[in-house]
Amino acid sequence: MFELLNSRKFRNIASQVITLLVVVLFLSYITNNVFNNIEQRGITTGFGFFNQNASFGIAESAIEYNDTTSTYFTAFLVGLINTLIVSFAGIFFASIIGLIVGIARLSKNYIIAKLSGFYIELFRNIPILLQILFWYNVVLAALPSPKQSISLAGDIFLNNRGFYIPRPIFESGFLFVLIAIILSIVLIYFINRFANKKFDNTGKETPVLLIGFAIIIILPLLTYFISGSPLSFEIPALKGFNYVGGLNYSPEFLALTFALSIYTATYIAEAIRSGIEAVAKGQKEAAKSLGLSPYKSLKIVILPQAIRIAIPPIINQYLNLVKNSSLATAIGYPELFTVFAGTALTQTGQAIEIIFITMLVYLFISLSISLVLNIVNKKLKVKGR
Amino acid sequence: MTYNLIQSSQPPVKNRGFLNWLLSNLFSTPANSALTLLSLLFLYWVLPPFFQWAIIDANFIGSDKSACTRDGACWVFVIQKIDFFIYGFYPDEAHWRVNLSFVLFFVFGFLFRFLPVNFIYKILVFMLYPIITYFLISGGSFGLDVVDTDKWGGLTLTLIVASIGIVAAIPFGIVLAFGRKSKLPIIKNLSVIYIEFIRGVPLISILFMASVILPLFFPEGMNFDKLLRALIGITMFQVAYIAEVIRGGMQAIPTGQYEAADSLGLSYWQKMLLIILPQALKVAIPNLIGASIALFKDTTLVLIIGLFDLLAMVHLTGTDNNWLGFDTEGYVFVTFVFWAFCFSLSKYGKFLEVKYNTDYR
Repeated sequence: MFELLNSRKFRNIASQVITLLVVVLFLSYITNNVFNNIEQRGITTGFGFFNQNASFGIAESAIEYNDTTSTYFTAFLVGLINTLIVSFAGIFFASIIGLIVGIARLSKNYIIAKLSGFYIELFRNIPILLQILFWYNVVLAALPSPKQSISLAGDIFLNNRGFYIPRPIFESGFLFVLIAIILSIVLIYFINRFANKKFDNTGKETPVLLIGFAIIIILPLLTYFISGSPLSFEIPALKGFNYVGGLNYSPEFLALTFALSIYTATYIAEAIRSGIEAVAKGQKEAAKSLGLSPYKSLKIVILPQAIRIAIPPIINQYLNLVKNSSLATAIGYPELFTVFAGTALTQTGQAIEIIFITMLVYLFISLSISLVLNIVNKKLKVKGR
Repeated sequence: MTYNLIQSSQPPVKNRGFLNWLLSNLFSTPANSALTLLSLLFLYWVLPPFFQWAIIDANFIGSDKSACTRDGACWVFVIQKIDFFIYGFYPDEAHWRVNLSFVLFFVFGFLFRFLPVNFIYKILVFMLYPIITYFLISGGSFGLDVVDTDKWGGLTLTLIVASIGIVAAIPFGIVLAFGRKSKLPIIKNLSVIYIEFIRGVPLISILFMASVILPLFFPEGMNFDKLLRALIGITMFQVAYIAEVIRGGMQAIPTGQYEAADSLGLSYWQKMLLIILPQALKVAIPNLIGASIALFKDTTLVLIIGLFDLLAMVHLTGTDNNWLGFDTEGYVFVTFVFWAFCFSLSKYGKFLEVKYNTDYR
């Protein structure tokens, strides 16, 4: 008997069996209770509600949504798409701000470095929910009414109902401009390859960046005018109490995107800074002693190594941003959580199904981002010769 | 022949002192100069108006809205509502109980630091603190009136939720980290599933689950109050993150340590508890502090499930009819409080990092 207890193999199996038994018993206890409670309270179960009419309004939707005839499934899609929209916008701006601030923090310019440090220490130590509420309730609510809108650069307007910009209307001729853009990208790719080959063979450099910029601006612009300016704008105009026409971004969207970008950018900046700092000092010195200009040494020596270190934490921050976008529910921006785990849950009362679906969606997004992260990590791994 | 040593002269004005610093730091290139000027302009544009608003033109004295006659901030609002912000709806005559708990925290902290006994006893002594605080704040015995948890609020509630979440998550987190590092497949997979599931979903969805679904998990008649449900949700969430932090610490321990423990003939638990865990915790301190700061910030989310923490109190007083239009002051105040807590915690983390960095470098 004691021999059995002392055998490592037996103890390993026994402890696992016991753990599994405890977990299974606990889960079945819970499931049992859930079924009893549902029966007693008369809660409907199942996923039938997906086909029922949602009959609640959603302020912003990228796909067609009708208050009276659309189903819960459509409402779910609207929420999901809004989550993706706000996440992409947040990721885009957070990356740009983070990159600039991260590099600026290491600047030799005392004021710039201190300002960036101050920005990071300030915004990453304030809860994101507080920031969202602050921008929404204090800053955006203080904007003037539509009649006294702030006009930013011509036909762009900002007021307490939102942010209005002209909506581009593409006519059929715009297809040629698109083709021109694609063509110039292909052209730049080949020029780049040619320049690299020339550099390898002769050591002579070609100003690829300059040529590239010239091509991607001039070629589409020429096509645009030759094809007869096939682009017009629908300009927002004040009608009655508000602006009509153009593209409209609601205060909820603005507050959420702004807060998410500002908050996440501080973490991205820190990741970029630590990435750059982690590059061995000898690398910078070697680049300098080879006579590379500061720009060249940053571009071909420092950044490629820094990015390898900085990318994983940055992707993690993207993931956090997507999860934090669910805080929109505090200001009522109609993304997945507000629409589905908020309104739909109160209307149907089917908390279990709805919360688990919501969780699964976020889990799916998280796992896809981790998958991307793993692939990137593998690609970035130092390749020894 | 005599030599006259020439006194070494100072470098030219351009290369020393303040002017040199200016030239090499702020105006080294035209682009750099432009950046400097731009940022100075930005500071000029932001700072003076802010100080004008927050201090010079601000109103500090008075008892209601009419006292705020000057253009700047109306701090009267914050000063008048400060009890509300700190204690929430906790009854006025019982505020001393909360105050006493705050004071006791420092008393116990002092004891923990200077009591000349073994570390284990210190922890046992410190364990008295939450018990005493619980009886003090919730009442019901020793002649203290009961104060229901729905009356708890403000900064008090924020601190209660944050500290319970942070402390309760550590033991469970250690267990889960052991589980994930375990060689036993079932235990390992169960730990991985739990950790990855929790880390993949937003905290708010876990709080919703805790507040809406949790009551369904238990038989009829077993009632959890709202605060307890939120605490369960927050702890479940934090456990996953703490487990990952501790696992990170364990991974930083050289394999030699594991092998040395094995070759000394230590059992699994002796090895993990006496050799690996102490070193792993030491390595993990900066990240543990980081996770604690993150949780402290995340406690604000309890306002979405209807608890009145500090942020919720400010949010609520902003809609007070007697004080309409002063929520800016409220938000600035609460921002400052959260910032001060998080910033000092992160500085404390840096301090601990240096203190426990016993590597011989």
